[in-house]
Amino acid sequence: MRSTLSLRPGPRPRRRATEGRQAELVLAGLASCSLLALGLIFVFLVKEALPLFKSYPFEDFVRGLEWQPTSTNVRFGLVPLLAGTFLVTLGAAVIAVPLSLGVALFVSEVAPKRIRELLKPGLELLAAIPSVVYGFFGMVVLARWLQGVFGLTSGLNAFNGSILLAVMALPTMVTLSEDALRAVPESYRNASLAMGASRWETMIHVTLPSARAGVAAAVILGLGRVIGETMTVLMVTGNAAQISFSFFDSVRTMTATIAAEMAECAWGTPHYHALFAVGAALFLITFVFNAVADILLRRGARG
Amino acid sequence: MPPTVTIRGARGDTETARRIKIRIEGLSVWYGSLPAIKDVTVDFGANRVTALIGPSGCGKSTFLRALNRMNEVLPGVRTAGRVLLDGRDIYGPGMDPVEIRAKVGMVFQRPNPFPFSIFDNVAYGPRRHGVTSRSELYAIVERSLHEAALWEEVADRLRSPALNLSGGQQQRLCIARALAVEPEVLLMDEPASALDPVATGRVEDLIAELARNYTIIIVTHNMQQAARVSETTGFFLHGELIEYGPTDQMFTRPKDPRTEAYITGRFG
Ligand SMILES: Nc1ncnc2c1ncn2[C@@H]1O[C@H](COP(=O)(O)OP(=O)(O)OP(=O)(O)O)[C@@H](O)[C@H]1O
Ligand SMILES: [Mg+2]
Repeated sequence: MRSTLSLRPGPRPRRRATEGRQAELVLAGLASCSLLALGLIFVFLVKEALPLFKSYPFEDFVRGLEWQPTSTNVRFGLVPLLAGTFLVTLGAAVIAVPLSLGVALFVSEVAPKRIRELLKPGLELLAAIPSVVYGFFGMVVLARWLQGVFGLTSGLNAFNGSILLAVMALPTMVTLSEDALRAVPESYRNASLAMGASRWETMIHVTLPSARAGVAAAVILGLGRVIGETMTVLMVTGNAAQISFSFFDSVRTMTATIAAEMAECAWGTPHYHALFAVGAALFLITFVFNAVADILLRRGARG
Repeated sequence: MPPTVTIRGARGDTETARRIKIRIEGLSVWYGSLPAIKDVTVDFGANRVTALIGPSGCGKSTFLRALNRMNEVLPGVRTAGRVLLDGRDIYGPGMDPVEIRAKVGMVFQRPNPFPFSIFDNVAYGPRRHGVTSRSELYAIVERSLHEAALWEEVADRLRSPALNLSGGQQQRLCIARALAVEPEVLLMDEPASALDPVATGRVEDLIAELARNYTIIIVTHNMQQAARVSETTGFFLHGELIEYGPTDQMFTRPKDPRTEAYITGRFG
């Protein structure tokens, strides 16, 4: 219990204020550097992408349903790649969001301290595993398992990618949403309990909604990671550039396309520029994701 | 029949028989091995305001939280003794703390509205207790806000965020929120200590008003406040209830020298 007296802040020493201003200036400088870098990357992507549209209509790129960069009748349609990214991301979201919300709620609201101290570093370890290791695991273990369980001809499909990406998104989603849940003042929980709500009701109807902005940001940032992930999906999704709505089909994501084809296409060809156009589109998507997450986090901080 | 007790009215009127709402027998509370409440026995009459005073750290909040089993939320708290609400021990076997808290509401020292709309704050308790119909919820919200003397100020913005209200309004909102559950007893832990004098005055008027329908137990550091709002006062010191009786008597002719020392400001 705090006494009333301690609530009054004392006068702030002058020196602290100027130090604070200097620190702010340094941080602002660093922030504008990274913003500049971001802008330059985007400008570079667009610059390398634009020549494509001299020989290939922009409209056909954005709405084209086929990606056939090496056939005699080349097609640079973004849609199958977008669909692949969308399908894999959707699957990962469906798996990772409920799982990480559950884990975050458990860790912040239910688990005794000792379990929390074990779980969190464990999760952070997941984030430290290189994506090629996930990919390898997916090819060798998960693919076979999927093949057996669902009777498929190949276990390299969207579902495989979704599972692995869900695991890869867990650390971000759990850690950030747990932070948001723990930032909910104890006084909210007490108010709810004191009205005769159970601990479970308090968790679902007070704590979670109070942390909604932070939790949403956690989910979006986690998915941002999923969308940008390359190596794992390249290894496990089968890489057929086709439009599919089945998780058991082989798909190819935007990232995997760039990674797989960049090495073998000649510099300056339409194919080369098309890959940059795909990169620019990917950049835009992740940028929007992060911007939305940032806005939500800011709103959460305001309370 | 619930037990009755005869207490001389605080304003010197004739003896009135009062129903006992809460009877406490040998209540002790420990934080780990630290005793915070030591063997307190006391009765609280129905539909009256009882003030609890005492120096910081003497156990007032702990005592209050023992009355709706909110101490159980904290780790390592142990409680002994009996707290009879209308004759039934709330610590007895088979008693559900969740049910007890619906009957014994609580208002905290610092206003703690949820970061939801005004409406959703007040509707929170009823919703948890199974009210789903919109019109019914609206009626409860309106009645509770009226009871908490806040309706006039917020009637046209029930959908706006509760956190936009002033501190005093927030505290009355918290009172409305507690009332919406239709408790029988209202525990208030220094409900005005974070408020300015004007807001404090409003909350005090409100408490007097509410005593018609509710049994109110209020912790306060402010002895003028205790004198203004309560009929009965209890003085705590080091976890013990030193003196308990009509408020005016306590402030004019305290029986215990320690009470006198505290009231005259010689310690605490
Ligand atoms: N959660 C806790 N864990 C351990 N000890 C506690 C806890 N809460 C209170 N105490 C101790 O119990 C004693 C009584 O505390 P309590 O908060 O009930 O006093 P209070 O009379 O309400 O004080 P104040 O007037 O400052 O609010 C104090 O010695 C305090 O340090
Ligand atoms: Mg206290």
